[in-house]
Amino acid sequence: MAKENFFSSTIGKKLIVGLTGLFLISFLVIHVSVNSLILLNDGGETFNAAAHFMSHFWLIRLLEIGLLLGILLHIVLTLRLTIANRQNRPVKYVVSAANQNSKWYSRSMGVLGSLLLIFLVVHMSDFWWATKKALYITKEVDNPYTEIIATLSNPIFLVIYVIGVVSLGFHLLHGFPSAFQSLGLNHKKYTPIIKALGTAFSIVVPGLFAIIALCVFFGLVQ
Amino acid sequence: MEHYNMNLTLKVWRQKNSNDKGGLVTYQVKGISSEMSFLEMFDVLNEELIEKGEEPIAFDHDCREGICGMCSMYINGRPHGPWHGTTTCQLHMRAFKDGDTIVVEPWRAKAFPVIKDLVVDRTAFDRIIQAGGYVSVNTGVTVDANATPISKADADKSFAAAACIGCGACVAACKNSSAMLFVSAKVSQFALLPQGQAERESRVLDMVAQMDKEGFGSCTNTGACEAECPKEISLENIARLNREFATASISSEE
Repeated sequence: MAKENFFSSTIGKKLIVGLTGLFLISFLVIHVSVNSLILLNDGGETFNAAAHFMSHFWLIRLLEIGLLLGILLHIVLTLRLTIANRQNRPVKYVVSAANQNSKWYSRSMGVLGSLLLIFLVVHMSDFWWATKKALYITKEVDNPYTEIIATLSNPIFLVIYVIGVVSLGFHLLHGFPSAFQSLGLNHKKYTPIIKALGTAFSIVVPGLFAIIALCVFFGLVQ
Repeated sequence: MEHYNMNLTLKVWRQKNSNDKGGLVTYQVKGISSEMSFLEMFDVLNEELIEKGEEPIAFDHDCREGICGMCSMYINGRPHGPWHGTTTCQLHMRAFKDGDTIVVEPWRAKAFPVIKDLVVDRTAFDRIIQAGGYVSVNTGVTVDANATPISKADADKSFAAAACIGCGACVAACKNSSAMLFVSAKVSQFALLPQGQAERESRVLDMVAQMDKEGFGSCTNTGACEAECPKEISLENIARLNREFATASISSEE
């Protein structure tokens, strides 16, 4: 039989989804670490220094391109798979008791991912774009700290941020352990550890993002 | 448990043939014993329908002892009904109580088209098996039981995977209509044993290619298949299938 191309097979696509997912997870570690510097409450001095380093160090710049490609690949592949999967059941069930056999967030990765994408567009158009504009267009000295304070003091932005962060939490709750399964890593000894780690990560990282945003909104950091 | 009789409202999917649109039809069944199996309840209903001169409900069944994989009913939103690790034929009416309404639908998937009523065409699974779900071994005299040493752990895992009866509940339960649990069980049972090594790579490549060709979806690891599988096939097999497919794809010279 003619061999199927690895990247056009469902398993191959899912493997790339898992790999890009783990890559995006590694980015979250860096992102939340830098953001946490806001909580030092030193008028944003340390945070601005870290942000300046991140926007000028060549390796980080290079990784940023990789990150963009990773997000795009993750979205394009999951979108293609989701559309195909929907077409694989042309007649739906009248009654479905899916809650009896799986978690709602595991079945809602598309919805959670779409919410995340909307959040990302808002997020990029304020902070990321502001940094790039200062760096390449207006050539001004960028102050990300004051931008964060200004943006997150707005209750509309706070709500968008909290929705984004909660979506991220549930997306990770399924995505973190699921990525390992897609890579073929399922082991009696290690899988329980990966699952526990995934749950902790899905609570701690989005939790920190949310705490920072709430601290800024309620004026706890100045 | 005390024996009891019950009256039930059944909403059953009726569909003349694969071209018919089909729909749910409501039936009242009376005096159903709690000791009957779900299929025996259907036998009672069909007897009544035949006596009334109506067309009986077509449904798949064969061994009625939970090993053939023929019975395939989607009962109240779950393949094989509410009991864990049970086929429809082994589901007993004591799972329900007097006055219950039970909705019965066929498996839903593009790769499993409805033939009539609750009967679906599952030959897509046969074609996946034909693509590589076999071993080439010499027939001849019976080989001594322990002539080929196999570790207990591998033998147990292979045996657990081989328990798959190919009923299609995994596909029915999956939101993506994915057949990954079935294919992974069939790949695993051979990949774990020395007898399966000869075709190890070509088997996984050919079976996955056929699976994709048949129009089964991709796996999103929701775990619904494992939860609904009457033979409790583990998700570990899907991870093994992912590993086998990736390594075979990399090392393949085609």
